[in-house]
Amino acid sequence: MHPAFSVIFLTTLIGAAQGLFMALVTGQVYSIANLLPAQDNVSFYAMGSLLSLIFLAGGLVAAVFHLGKPSYFITRAWRGMSQWRTSWLSRELIALPVFMFFVFLYGLAHYMQWTQPLFVIKGVLPVDASLIIGTIGVLLSITLFISTAMIYASLRFLQEWHHPLTVANFMLFGLASGFTLAAAFSAWAGIDLIVFFGSWAVIFTIMSAITRGFSMWRNGRIKHKSTLRSALGVRHTHITQRSMGFMGGSFNTKEYFHGASNATLTFIRLFFLVAVFAAPVALLAAGEATSSATLPLVAFVVQYIGLVAERWYFFTEGKHPQNLYYQTVG
Amino acid sequence: MTQLALVIDLNVCVGCHACVTSCKEWNTSGWAGYMVDERPYDADPTGTFFNRVQTYEVGEYPNTETVHFPKSCLHCEEPPCVPVCPTGASYKREDNGVVLVDYDKCIGCKYCSWACPYGVRELDEMQKVMKKCTLCIDRITDETKPESERKPACVLACPTSARIYGDVHDPDSEASVAIRERGGYQLMPEWGTQPANHYLPRRKTRIQIFEDELIRAENPLDKEHPLPAATGDTLDDVSY
Repeated sequence: MHPAFSVIFLTTLIGAAQGLFMALVTGQVYSIANLLPAQDNVSFYAMGSLLSLIFLAGGLVAAVFHLGKPSYFITRAWRGMSQWRTSWLSRELIALPVFMFFVFLYGLAHYMQWTQPLFVIKGVLPVDASLIIGTIGVLLSITLFISTAMIYASLRFLQEWHHPLTVANFMLFGLASGFTLAAAFSAWAGIDLIVFFGSWAVIFTIMSAITRGFSMWRNGRIKHKSTLRSALGVRHTHITQRSMGFMGGSFNTKEYFHGASNATLTFIRLFFLVAVFAAPVALLAAGEATSSATLPLVAFVVQYIGLVAERWYFFTEGKHPQNLYYQTVG
Repeated sequence: MTQLALVIDLNVCVGCHACVTSCKEWNTSGWAGYMVDERPYDADPTGTFFNRVQTYEVGEYPNTETVHFPKSCLHCEEPPCVPVCPTGASYKREDNGVVLVDYDKCIGCKYCSWACPYGVRELDEMQKVMKKCTLCIDRITDETKPESERKPACVLACPTSARIYGDVHDPDSEASVAIRERGGYQLMPEWGTQPANHYLPRRKTRIQIFEDELIRAENPLDKEHPLPAATGDTLDDVSY
C-alpha cells in the first residue's frame, strides 16, 4: 500500500497522546497506593493532560488532510460517526473526540482541584472525581487503540495486516511512546517520576519489539491466498499480463503501490529498528543513570521519528490483491 | 430479490475497448459524472474510469493464448466495501443489488477502496469522492427509454456481444442461463465476496477424431491405383 502521511501522523500522534494519558492515570493510581509520592494537580496532571490534548489535536489536524478535501471535515465528516455498527473507521471517529473530551475533563478535574475523595472503597481506596474520569479515559483510550488498529486488521484481503498482532503493535507502540513522553515531560518539568515512567517505557518498548518482530517474521513468510489464477479464473500456471488497459497512471497504480526500492525499504526497516527500540532504551537508561533532564526528551523525539518510519514501513508491508491486475504497463 | 449483473464472455471479447470508451462517454455526462481526465495530453496522464480492458498471455511461447479481460465493479452480493464506509455513502441498492456511492456523503477517505480486493473503486481527482461502476443506474432505471436501451452503455457498445446483462437471481434470465450452461465463474472466490458479475471461460470446440479416420483407404474415384486385392478371408468366406 502507498504510505499516507496523514494517517501516519494521525496514528503516531494520537498513539503517543493515549500512552501519555494512560501514564498520567497510572501515576495517579500508584500515588493513591502510596507507591509514588503524590504529584501536584496543576503542574503535573493538568499540564500533562494539556500536552496529551495537544498531541491529539495534532493527530486530528493530520486526519483532516486524509479527507478528499479538508472542507469535508466541516461539511461531511460528522456523517462518519453514523456507521459505527459495521465500520471500525466510524468507531474511531467516535472514540477519538470522546477520548479527547475525557482527557480535557481529566485535566480540568485536576486543575480545579476536584480531588477530594467522593467515597472510600473498603477504607483503603479513596475515589475522587479525577480518578473516575481517569478510569473512563483509560477505557476509552484502549477502545481508541483497538478501533484504530482494527481499521487495518479488519481488512482480510490485506493478509499482512489481518492479524491480532496489528492491534498489539498499535497499542504497545502507543504505550511505549506515551510513557517515554511522560518521562520526557517529567524530566522537563522537574518532576521526580522519570525513573518510574522511563522504566515502564522500556518495558513497553521491549514488549512492542517482541510483537513487531513476530509480525515482521509472519509477513516475511506469508502465503497470499489470491493469485493471478484466481484473479482471472484461468487455470494455468503461466500467466503474464501484457496490458493493464492503459499506459498512463490511475488510482489503481498509485494508491496500492509504495513505489519504494528494496534499498529504501531495507534502510527504513533498519532505521526504525534502531530508532524505535534500541536508541530510546539506551537513551532512557543513560538518562536515568545521569539524572539528565534532556536525555528522556531526546529519547522521545528519536522514538517518535522512528515510529513515523515504522508506520511508513507498516503501509509498505501491506500487499493488496488488486495489484495482481496492475503488473504491466502496455 | 433482483441482482442485476454482467456476464462477460472471455471467449468472444476481442479487446477493442469499445466498452471502456462508451462507459466513459455515458457516465462522464450522466448521473455519476463527470469523470475527470487530468493532464490528458501531458506527461503522467491520469483519469477516472469505471471499466478497463486488460490483456493477458496464458501459456509459454509458442503455445500461448491471448485473454482480453474486461474489469469493472462486480457488484458483490457480500460487498466488503460497503460495511467499512464510515459515512454510509457506500451502499448496495435493496431493489436491484447495484453497489453505489452517494457522492454527497462521501468524504474521500479511500477506506472502501482498500477494502475491495478487485481494485475497482477510484478516487476522482477533481471531485475528491470515490467513484465506481454504477451499472449505468441512470440508464437501466430510466423508464422513458425503450426496453432495448435500458441496458448499461458497455453492453450496448460491445460489438461481439461479449457482455450479457441481466438478473442473476432469475434462473431463466439470459445471464443466469449463460452462467449455468457455459461455465460461468466468479473472480477471487477465496474471499467469499460472492461477486454478482460472472465470467464465461474461453472455450475450444474440438471433435474427437482419430488419425486413421482421416486417411481414406479406399477411394472410389481413384482410377490410377486398382483396389487392393483382398488377402485372406473375406467376410463372405467366414459367413454362412
